[in-house]
Amino acid sequence: METRSIMIVGVGGQGTLLASRILGNVFMSQGYDVKVSEVHGMSQRGGSVVTYVKYGDKVYSPVVEKGEADVIISFEQLETERWLPYLKKGGKIVTSDQRLDPMPVITGAAQYPEDIINRISALGVDVTAVDALGLAEQAGSAKAANVVLMGVVSKKLPFEESVWQAALDKCVPQKFIELNKKAFELGRGTADE
Amino acid sequence: MPMKKLMLGNEAFARGLYESGCEFVSSYPGTPSTEVTEFAAKYDEIYAEWAPNEKVAMEAALGASIAGKRSFCGMKHVGLNVAADPLYTAGYTGVGGGMVICVADDPGLHSSQNEQDSRHHAIASKVLMLEPSDSLECKNYVKKAFELSERFDTPVIVRLSTRIAHSQSIVELEEREEYISQPYEKNAAKYVMMPAFAKKRHTVVEQRLKAAAEYAEECPLNTVEYNDTDIGIITAGNCYLYAKEALGDNASYLKLGMVNPLPVKLIKDFAAKCGRLYVIEELDDIIETHCLKHGINVQGKELFGFEGEISQAIVREKLLGIRPQTISLDEIAPARPPVMCAGCPHRGLFYCLQQLGVFVSGDIGCYTLGAAAPLSAMDTTICMGASVSALHGYNKALGREAEKKSVAVIGDSTFMHSGITGLVNIAYNATNSTVIILDNSITGMTGHQQNPTTGMNLKGDPAAAVDLEALCRAVGINSVRVVDPYKMAETKAVIAEELEKEEPSVIISRRPCALLKYVKHSAPLKVDEKKCVGCKQCLKIGCPAISMSGGKSVIDHTQCVGCGICKELCRPAAIG
Ligand SMILES: Cc1ncc(C[n+]2csc(CCOP(=O)(O)OP(=O)(O)O)c2C)c(N)n1
Repeated sequence: METRSIMIVGVGGQGTLLASRILGNVFMSQGYDVKVSEVHGMSQRGGSVVTYVKYGDKVYSPVVEKGEADVIISFEQLETERWLPYLKKGGKIVTSDQRLDPMPVITGAAQYPEDIINRISALGVDVTAVDALGLAEQAGSAKAANVVLMGVVSKKLPFEESVWQAALDKCVPQKFIELNKKAFELGRGTADE
Repeated sequence: MPMKKLMLGNEAFARGLYESGCEFVSSYPGTPSTEVTEFAAKYDEIYAEWAPNEKVAMEAALGASIAGKRSFCGMKHVGLNVAADPLYTAGYTGVGGGMVICVADDPGLHSSQNEQDSRHHAIASKVLMLEPSDSLECKNYVKKAFELSERFDTPVIVRLSTRIAHSQSIVELEEREEYISQPYEKNAAKYVMMPAFAKKRHTVVEQRLKAAAEYAEECPLNTVEYNDTDIGIITAGNCYLYAKEALGDNASYLKLGMVNPLPVKLIKDFAAKCGRLYVIEELDDIIETHCLKHGINVQGKELFGFEGEISQAIVREKLLGIRPQTISLDEIAPARPPVMCAGCPHRGLFYCLQQLGVFVSGDIGCYTLGAAAPLSAMDTTICMGASVSALHGYNKALGREAEKKSVAVIGDSTFMHSGITGLVNIAYNATNSTVIILDNSITGMTGHQQNPTTGMNLKGDPAAAVDLEALCRAVGINSVRVVDPYKMAETKAVIAEELEKEEPSVIISRRPCALLKYVKHSAPLKVDEKKCVGCKQCLKIGCPAISMSGGKSVIDHTQCVGCGICKELCRPAAIG
């Protein structure tokens, strides 16, 4: 199979690393070659962060470049806009509708763009937006927004639900597993509507 | 069937240490190298420690090697500058048990203060250097590195880049092979590097380098792959992956797994079979210069430049003329630079410095973010430790008035790394400098490593803790004060007092990092909408949890940890 590319984008501290670990485990369990590329360090301090997950028969480069992503999973609206040029023509976006003002907006040096999701849709892009934070809080913790998004994405990729469950078991610490499974189900449920 | 695992390059590197029978690890953290040592520390069979700095780490590893064990030390690219002194002479002494050094470069400056190319250190110190291109290679190259270290009697450097260190790929695990220690035998001619002995060892170094260059011709880590031979690519590390992804079977490849010393005949043979030859390497033109020196005509930096990362897209564009098709909203999205976390103890201190309008001689750590708007309270950042020593020079140059309007800021880990020597200089050579140690009880920037001030070691056991106050007094600083940066009025007053004093002083700004597990958070604060007048005073501290909505400020309850410094700025007392 030709290599497929997924990007997970968000704000440092939002839990993008767990999401990439879950995806990596899902693809590996299906016998694919996998590469996951993370950035640690400086940008984790509330900056814009991006993780790449690639799978296929043989994956070479660990990074995803402009126009290459089959799926972009975004934790925050402005980040969806920022990384949009990385989407391949015909690619899909799954995004949380959360809005986090970056420092230039807080200080008044810049304005947060309005109506991002609708404007991206209007370009003909396949965008699914969910209230990931709200659903995560419903599951028991705002921190599980990452797993809510995994639930949504699971409906867009051709793998059985049990494969995702197994990856959750592997990646999430035992004491948070119930909460995260609930978050996953809530995310997966939104895709049925 | 062998066990397979998705592993970070750094984790696989640590696995390589384990499988090689390595028993001793001493490192100093630095992105992107840190996790090698953190993962190594998880193996009971490996003794692992955080040293105060890279020079100490490398000397400790060399000592363990002389004692006969396989040893390791890891660091980021700039760390190798600090450890360059022992490195260059370790090349002369050679090793007892094998010694491997990890150096992680950061092309693209994801989290560094410069973009230097560590291959220069390998060339200058005349030691061998290997460069893996994925996690499996990280593990296997480490094993090879120990073998070569013992065969050629030299430390061997394994060079990583951010993309190798922080990418996960699939690794097949193997068993650990115990290493039989080499018994230590006194050998002054090999280990005592005074001129008479060192002169003879230099001859050994040159002979070894020649032998290693011959070995490079047949080294199994240097591999040739012939496909279409119109285009020949000479490359190493992650650049091989970019070339392979962009060009596939439409090019032939010479992948160099050993990047110092480089082969000559192998490259000439490859060149003879290919049409156009390109060198694809990030940062400096090391391979390219080597080729040109030996009359092999290649193109490289002319196309790819010396700055930043290369990628498959860049290879496609430069060699095939293909640019990506993209979709975008037709506007510039506001940037999202990193910020101090909500509740960060550094914030209050920098607000005080901004209010005082002083010259701030800065350093490296989370607190470097004090340079960013809206605090904008830092004038310089050079390298670890430079805040303290540079302040002394600044004050000597400008005299008494400057002393009253300047401070140095330095984190606890950075102070132990190389700030203390600068403080000794301030006391000894007498400037009335004011040094502020930002003691957040952890090495924050690199992801919470213990350090000599925290009272815990890398393995998680209790350890001796440096008494900062006593240490500063012992070097000759008589005025040592401690403040709580959550109490801004008091902090500002103490800084103002110390600036006035006719003697050097140290102020310890003490409050643990808000992300530490043991730190109890207060309830999130709320803005009373009726009282808020929308003056935006609370936005001046640059807290990511505070923003404006409908002319009033709002506090994000998921981020706020109740530190309360915004309360101190709120004139109508709307925050509570
Ligand atoms: C020579 C060198 N080694 C390592 C690093 C990586 N590094 C940057 S800041 C830092 C330590 C920061 O800790 P601390 O001084 O305690 O400040 P904090 O981040 O906790 O505020 C390290 C290890 C570096 N930049 N230079």
